[in-house]
Amino acid sequence: MMRFLLSICVVFGLAGTVHAEVDIREVKSDAGLTAWLVEDHSIPFVALEIRFRGGASLDAPGKRGAINLMTGLLEEGAGDMDARAFARATEALATTFGFDISDDSLSVSARFLTENKEASVDLLRAALQTPRFDQDAIDRVRQQVLSNIRSDAKDPNEIASRTFDVVAFGDHPYASSLNGTEESVAALTRDDLIAAHRAVLARDRIYIGAVGDITPEQLSALMDDLFAGLPETGAAMPSPVDVAIESGVTVVPFDTPQSVAIFGHAGISQDDPDYFTALVLNQVLGGGGFESRLMDEVREKRGLTYGVYSYLLPKDHADIYLGSVSSANDRIAAAIEVIRDEWAKAAAEGVTQAELDDAKTYMTGAYPLRFDGNGPIARIMVGMQMLGLPIDYIATRNDRVEAVTLAEVKRVAAELLDPEGLHFVVVGQPAGLESTPAN
Amino acid sequence: MIRLPVLATLLAFLPGLPVVADEAVTTFELENGMQVVVVEDHRAPVVQHMVWYRAGSADEPKGSSGVAHFLEHLLFKATDTLESGELSATVARNGGRDNAFTSYDYTAYFQRVAADRLELMMRMESDRMRNIRLTEENILTERDVIIEERNQRTENNPSALFGEQISAAQYLNHRYGVPIIGWMHEMQTLDMEDALAFYEIFYSPNNAILVVSGAVPPEEARRLAEKYYGVIPANPDLPDRLRTEEPPQNAERRLIFRDARVAQPYVRRSYLAPERDPGAQETAAALTFLAEILGGGTTSYLTDALQFDTQIATYSAAFYRGVSLDDTTFNLIVVPRPDVSLQEAEDAMDAALAQFMIDGVDQEQLDRIKLQIRADQIYARDDVDRIANRYGQALSAGLTVEDVQAWPDILEAVSAEDILQAAREVFDIRASVTGWLMREEVTQ
Repeated sequence: MMRFLLSICVVFGLAGTVHAEVDIREVKSDAGLTAWLVEDHSIPFVALEIRFRGGASLDAPGKRGAINLMTGLLEEGAGDMDARAFARATEALATTFGFDISDDSLSVSARFLTENKEASVDLLRAALQTPRFDQDAIDRVRQQVLSNIRSDAKDPNEIASRTFDVVAFGDHPYASSLNGTEESVAALTRDDLIAAHRAVLARDRIYIGAVGDITPEQLSALMDDLFAGLPETGAAMPSPVDVAIESGVTVVPFDTPQSVAIFGHAGISQDDPDYFTALVLNQVLGGGGFESRLMDEVREKRGLTYGVYSYLLPKDHADIYLGSVSSANDRIAAAIEVIRDEWAKAAAEGVTQAELDDAKTYMTGAYPLRFDGNGPIARIMVGMQMLGLPIDYIATRNDRVEAVTLAEVKRVAAELLDPEGLHFVVVGQPAGLESTPAN
Repeated sequence: MIRLPVLATLLAFLPGLPVVADEAVTTFELENGMQVVVVEDHRAPVVQHMVWYRAGSADEPKGSSGVAHFLEHLLFKATDTLESGELSATVARNGGRDNAFTSYDYTAYFQRVAADRLELMMRMESDRMRNIRLTEENILTERDVIIEERNQRTENNPSALFGEQISAAQYLNHRYGVPIIGWMHEMQTLDMEDALAFYEIFYSPNNAILVVSGAVPPEEARRLAEKYYGVIPANPDLPDRLRTEEPPQNAERRLIFRDARVAQPYVRRSYLAPERDPGAQETAAALTFLAEILGGGTTSYLTDALQFDTQIATYSAAFYRGVSLDDTTFNLIVVPRPDVSLQEAEDAMDAALAQFMIDGVDQEQLDRIKLQIRADQIYARDDVDRIANRYGQALSAGLTVEDVQAWPDILEAVSAEDILQAAREVFDIRASVTGWLMREEVTQ
């Protein structure tokens, strides 16, 4: 749940009544790579964010989980260092590397002191270009992945997400867990990991952001140092999904006191001219915080849940509109009824002028609060590049929010919100709810 | 390395590395006894405004477990001048975020907002320190919300339920044995009287710490603090924070928690351990290193012994939470591979601990950890809210500003022998709980 909210934050910059001092500069390398840089020499360290588009959705057929396992192994031995030597070297520099995989990208978050820049870049280059994939490391990390897969199978939140993904994405990679299955992961070989590495870490899909104590010249040299040895191209991107979510209810029986529900229908692309209008609409309906209609009706007035949210989830190859709620087994049906009613009410009537004004002041005012540290700014810049946003986007973003009118919200609410089309996945023992019969 | 989600609830307790950026920190006290900490940083036009009360779940009366947290929820309802929900709505209208959290030793409220809205935040926060107005409907609805919160955090999570049983077994006579959110059967009976009684005793300026971080000069923070908080009279009847203490613990405790929802069984060992005390943080400093050395990642002793030298574990860790008003715990966890039993995992863990006491501390590893602590003081300057949180947490758990500022030097001075000595003292099996989290046994 929070995962989704965070991804939205990264994707959208915003700018507000207060202006964040973010002076972004484009830096090119000799080898033709591009990065965005915010120079800030006030603290002697650098945050570096790197993303490779494609992510776990580039898993080869029958090799589900290979890219996830490969990502977990990048810091488990590289160059002439085995896993422990690599970890000791990283600690001795007080450098941190984070390697993370999602449906649409592989991300690397690095942080190093200015005085250790050269040595840190050497380590990172080794991890990216010459990971060892030692058999003992493969077996060790594989066990961790298998443990996660077994845990997910008994976690109501994960069960709900997985079930909804199947409803939404059919046979696209989005429909299955990027961890893979126990069977697929057990069968992965070292060659599969080498192939996964070759498919994902390529120069034609790389996005770079740097913030902190580094000059454009230094960054330019660093980029070629880190990436020039990577292959020019990687695997072909997956095809788009035709999202066709059937309305209804899917109950997944699970013996636990509180039912967990995920609901949604088709969403809206970030390229769509109505995207900001939809974003403002969602802020009123189910955006974060205590102020949304869903929080007010389901939690504040009725005490039916601890939290209820809705969020637009624009992925690279599909757009959906999702929500989540959890309530005791004997109360979840009531919570779902309230959510349906609110969805219908907003679809029919839109929002009020006061709600629109409040949502705008929140969204525009909250924008500069996101730029709170070198790492977060580096991540925002990479997100902007992946969306193809202009480098001066931050300064114009709030104007787009301000430009949303009440009439537009009403129109987009009627077009986007489909109370009859919502699909609810409920994991638990919900009283008074049954799965819709299959057509 | 892949992080195991099953352990997320435990890792939330990881103490992390210490943080002090002396040059940016100003502290003072208002005449009514309210303590103030300002951490100044003008790199972004943002402030975080927090009020910490020295009142947490361990300060609750018997039979009312969960009331500290329940009251935290109720503070978002009406006051004399604010409608129910108006405070949060006002923060949101100003582009800010607000929330609150409760622990054993404190309850804290915060807003993160553009720096020029600080005065508005102080006006509202100081208002609800004394002026909440609750209705019976507030009580009934919000009680349902906290019950759903317990469902979500604990009842739906066997690992959390297991943790509750370990704490309850660890503390024979101290309130840390009761969950912060409360036992379900007591939460169901919490009422207006319980909430208001707790509020009247503990919510006053002489029991609170104001922590402001971000783009505000300390003089401006002081002027506003005096205007809004300084005018609230101190509570002359604020009780001393005396809690029941643990008797000598003379019996090793063992428990088995079975649940059909357990996917990944594991062993957890908890030892009663000293906390950071005012003017006496040396043992806690040694234990902070001990946790890092034994279970702080790929280069740690347990990982070496259980994941590299042998293939017993999928994951192992050690964690220690030093900031605590009273005796805390030192924890070890071993998640065995599928073909390894919990008994084998526990035996291997104990064998590794015994071998560690013979091998001693690897000086190079100790040096690397100290280097990271020094580096973290540079990284911390990028996140002043984190510095602010450290002060709030420490001051509400009985430490002083001087203790917080002395902590890095105390850590720096810890020797390998100090760590071994602390290990000898803390690894007393008579003061421990060993728990096995298991799947439900299948019977024919």
